Amino acid sequence: MEGPTSTGIPNRKLAMWAFIGSECMLFGTLIATYMIYRGRNLVPPYPHDLLNIPFITITTFVLLMSSLMMVLALAAVQKNDLRATKLWLGLTALFGLIFLGGQYYEFSHFVHEGLPLSRNLFSSTFFVLTGTHGAHVAGGVIWLSTLLVRTVQGQLDARHAETVEIAGLYWHFVDVVWIILFTLIYLLV
Amino acid sequence: MAMTDGYSTGIRSWLTTVDHKRIAIMYFVVGFVFLLIAGVEGQLIRLQLATPERSFLDPDLYNQLFTMHGTTMVFFAGMPLVVAFFNFVVPLQIGARDVAFPRLNAFSFWVFLFGGLFLYASVPLRVMPDGGWFAYMPLTNPEYSPGPGIDFYVLALLISGVGSIAGGLNFLVTILNMRAPGMTFMRMPLFTWMALIVSALILLAFPPFTVGLIFMLFDRRFGTHFFDAAAGADPVLWQHLFWVFGHPEVYILILPAFGIVSDVIPTFSRKILFGYPVVVFSGVLIAFLGFGVWVHHMFSVGLGPVVNAVFGGATMLIAIPTGIKIFNWIATMWGGRLRFRTAMLFAVGLVATFTIGGLSGVMHSSPPADLQQTDTYFVVAHFHYVLIGGTVFGLFCGFYYWFPKATGRMLHEGLGKAHFWLSFIALNVTFFPMHFSGLLGMPRRTYTYAEGLGLDVFNLISTVGAFIFTLSFVPLVWNLWRTWRRGEAAGHNPWDASTLEWTMASPPPHYNFAEIPAVDRRDPLWHPYIEPESRAEGDEPGGAVPRRQPDEPPAPVVMPNPSYWPLVLAVGMLLMTIGGLGSLGLTLFGLLVTAVGLFAWAFEPAFGEEAH
Repeated sequence: MEGPTSTGIPNRKLAMWAFIGSECMLFGTLIATYMIYRGRNLVPPYPHDLLNIPFITITTFVLLMSSLMMVLALAAVQKNDLRATKLWLGLTALFGLIFLGGQYYEFSHFVHEGLPLSRNLFSSTFFVLTGTHGAHVAGGVIWLSTLLVRTVQGQLDARHAETVEIAGLYWHFVDVVWIILFTLIYLLV
Repeated sequence: MAMTDGYSTGIRSWLTTVDHKRIAIMYFVVGFVFLLIAGVEGQLIRLQLATPERSFLDPDLYNQLFTMHGTTMVFFAGMPLVVAFFNFVVPLQIGARDVAFPRLNAFSFWVFLFGGLFLYASVPLRVMPDGGWFAYMPLTNPEYSPGPGIDFYVLALLISGVGSIAGGLNFLVTILNMRAPGMTFMRMPLFTWMALIVSALILLAFPPFTVGLIFMLFDRRFGTHFFDAAAGADPVLWQHLFWVFGHPEVYILILPAFGIVSDVIPTFSRKILFGYPVVVFSGVLIAFLGFGVWVHHMFSVGLGPVVNAVFGGATMLIAIPTGIKIFNWIATMWGGRLRFRTAMLFAVGLVATFTIGGLSGVMHSSPPADLQQTDTYFVVAHFHYVLIGGTVFGLFCGFYYWFPKATGRMLHEGLGKAHFWLSFIALNVTFFPMHFSGLLGMPRRTYTYAEGLGLDVFNLISTVGAFIFTLSFVPLVWNLWRTWRRGEAAGHNPWDASTLEWTMASPPPHYNFAEIPAVDRRDPLWHPYIEPESRAEGDEPGGAVPRRQPDEPPAPVVMPNPSYWPLVLAVGMLLMTIGGLGSLGLTLFGLLVTAVGLFAWAFEPAFGEEAH
């Protein structure tokens, strides 16, 4: 049934673009809420007491590099170089995992320092915004790991390059969102 | 009435179906049941208000009933009935065999159904939400709404919202990508056009609401402070998030109705639609402006004269594309050979009553006037004129129009006309007096009113009108029963309509089109060389021709496989939703079921072998 489409764009890829459009509204709303409430926190601790910019800069760099790995994975699968595909897919997922580990460390550190979710307005907006992003990264890691397993099983090759490309669209989008969050939450603290 | 053409039967075939026509029927039946339930709730409200200081309902129950009435009508009656028509009509109108993602389509239906059932689980538990369909903070925070009622509202709308977004995604891709050869954008039927616009609206408008619901859920369950003024937050944020969704939502409900009448009026006027491109772009403009007017629901909040003036002006602008559409419909009828079948009556009824509702809408787009009207029955009169006179009449119009195609049987015209006239009279008798009771100052959402305020007679008339409304369903149900027993066969194209869905048998075969047609014009069945009225029964329609050369064999028909996994995925999400009431274990179990369903879904073959 996947024949030629009216626009020439495959259905699944068009759906991913449309989904990303919808996700822009989701993150747009979360980010707008964070920005509206910035500086209105009444109960300590405050953002500048806790946010560790050097540490998050490192995990941000790792997440950015994972986008590069994603590009290499797609290029490899398009050339049907399955060894390289496995390598780059694995590294993309691994870098995503490192980012999530950093977020886990950051969250538990904050809770330890007296900022549980229900503490104040900062904790509410910070955890829900970055947590939603983290959930998106986690979903992406599971997706990429699945693609990796399928490649190892010999079930994924150049004929499925489009599947990898769509996962890549999602992954790059999640990355771009983080660049915005990093700028607005950390750099503008 | 059973659709057996190429279908397997039995309960299992319905649970696993991915066929857009069957999903349409399920959406329609469930949506219609919710329409009846919410109608009964409205009727109970009118009974309480029939005379001053009645004690038929206590204030608490009254609050629960108007909340359930509004929430059900918008999310569990209006939207699924709209989506039922998307499902049935869009693939047929664009010349496709199904939607782009048939399993996702089934999933959308199941989560919608579970969302509705979950909301109504609050009824036997006696904990119905009571914060209005808009659930304003801080009324709905844990301090002022301690029971689980609001949680039912939040969780039901979260889960059904997932289905709505999935549906929007599906129909957007379907219409952009699955059109038959030659079906360019400017050859698409108007209903398909409006479905495209509404799909985009759903995709963009639901996420802010979803985020608002998540904030509310976290405030209620995990003690966050998104709407807590004491923590430095602003409860008005909820109003913004709700209405930046809520206003596009009213266009999600009305534009499909506009699309339906834009297809029906030309058919029964024997004329092509007057100013097709203008009608299309008016719809686009309404949707675009619809994102910039949400503050007109909040004029009384006090955001300041500049904000109010800007949003008031933007609201007035919407009257222009809407008025253009009204005049295009009138111009289409002008000089046409009108046939007042039931569908046409509902279409003309929409043009009349929606115009009344639109005019009162322009009245409260002016902030100073709105301040007098906010939270009075004048507003109730306005939005019932547009939602019943617009959306419901449009949906009934579509129901009478496409029923023969969906079932292969004709409905009885006399009973249909009785249904139209009763509901038309009922609408005006019920809601016209509310303009007066509202301007006299009668507040909304208040369970009674004092004697001697001049409100008695208007309220009594409104209640009588509501009874006529209930009565109007008698000819409809009788009609369905009669047609079930002995409806005459419909044939391919009983109305001599112009669009692709009328090329195939009624009901359509499982695969819709034995061969995908090629389209070379708008209104393909009204070929200029074959006048519709001179065409004999069984004549081949022109304008939609098979694209294959005579000596070429037809392409194989490949149809999507039935699947259990959409249902499993939806059950997983239902379990997560129920767990949201306070059981982390159930939520995690639901997550597991969802994950299993997702992986099984991803790895099963989506399309079957050739099945011609």
